[in-house]
Amino acid sequence: MISAVRSIGAFSLAVLAASGRACILLIQMLGNIPTSVRRYELLVEQLFHVGVLTLPIIIVAALFVGMVLALQGYNTLVDFGAESSLGLLVALSLTRELGPVLAGLLFAGRAGAALTAEIGLMKATEQLAGMEMMAVDPVRRVLLPRFLAGVISVPILAILFTAVGILGGYLLSVDVLGIDQGVYWSVMQEGVDFQQDVLNGLFKSLVFGALISLLAVFIGYDARPTPAGVGAATTLTVVLSSLLVLAVDFSLTSMMF
Amino acid sequence: MKKQLIEITVGLFVVAGILVLLFLSFRVSNLNSDSVSNPYQVKAQFDNIGGLKVKAPVTMAGVRIGRVGAISLDSASYQAKVTMDISGAYNKLPVDSSASINTQGLLGEQFISLEPGGDKKYLKEGDSIRLTQSAVVLENLIGQLLYKGSSNNP
Repeated sequence: MISAVRSIGAFSLAVLAASGRACILLIQMLGNIPTSVRRYELLVEQLFHVGVLTLPIIIVAALFVGMVLALQGYNTLVDFGAESSLGLLVALSLTRELGPVLAGLLFAGRAGAALTAEIGLMKATEQLAGMEMMAVDPVRRVLLPRFLAGVISVPILAILFTAVGILGGYLLSVDVLGIDQGVYWSVMQEGVDFQQDVLNGLFKSLVFGALISLLAVFIGYDARPTPAGVGAATTLTVVLSSLLVLAVDFSLTSMMF
Repeated sequence: MKKQLIEITVGLFVVAGILVLLFLSFRVSNLNSDSVSNPYQVKAQFDNIGGLKVKAPVTMAGVRIGRVGAISLDSASYQAKVTMDISGAYNKLPVDSSASINTQGLLGEQFISLEPGGDKKYLKEGDSIRLTQSAVVLENLIGQLLYKGSSNNP
């Protein structure tokens, strides 16, 4: 009985301590942003690994999500004779929710896991310690470019997801379901508000990008420097960032709309 | 060489992001059609505006000529005060035009429809439209119908 309570307490303390270390790391990184912008080659290289290489999975997923939305929405709307609003349904679901959230989840799986594994392995093979020996700050040299690349990439990936999803929905509704193409766009333009929907979605994805990148970088940096530790850290990044994206999305949605 | 390739693809990635944002702002959302070019404001008072919302279209003969700018309650007459932003391109609306609140389709969005009058003078900034017709509230209509239906029965 006592030991159960004790393990709960130990767990809570460990979580609290880790969040504290994550905050310290975040402040360290934010303070180093000016120097990192001056050495932009490192940032560009990470943008390639984190952003560009995530593009294929984002585009393919978005195409299918858009088509499924159109198909499923059509089945419901046709009962009310409102199938002409299909474009609006697809566009609103994608700009407000699915674009940022699914791009965030895919990013966490594709790039977040890789970031954690890379940094964890650098720590396990004592490369980070070696850098410190040479008076190179690993936070500035290794962690910050990866964090910034994630923060920049996720909003771009999210709006690409949204746009490709809308085009996927267009393909299905116009070519397969026989909805007029002019109606598809005009209903959408009438109902989607730039500030309310597009900009709020973009803001959401920025929050997700910062959240996932911070988690991925921190968990890798904080991992136990053993093969098992790196494996556990990679799993933790994917699980934790996916759950947090969904939870934060709920609270952001309830505040915004 | 490899570095050049990386920089090129990253450049394309960022440019694609910007282009897609433009696509979302102009093709998907209503950023371009939303703004009314050099508008002038015209007021109108209605007994009941039903479900009229800010930004609802203002039309004449079915053509969109502006949108609803603000809605408030006039505390003296207890009527709804609606301010309309009408595009400067349509500056020859007679002062005795009338405004009515209509519904797109049976259950659609509500909008203001202007009917031109015959006066030689034109509406300008700050003028009020005096002839107004309230929104038709479907629930009241159904209520009247039921009332009439039951009173006809012996």
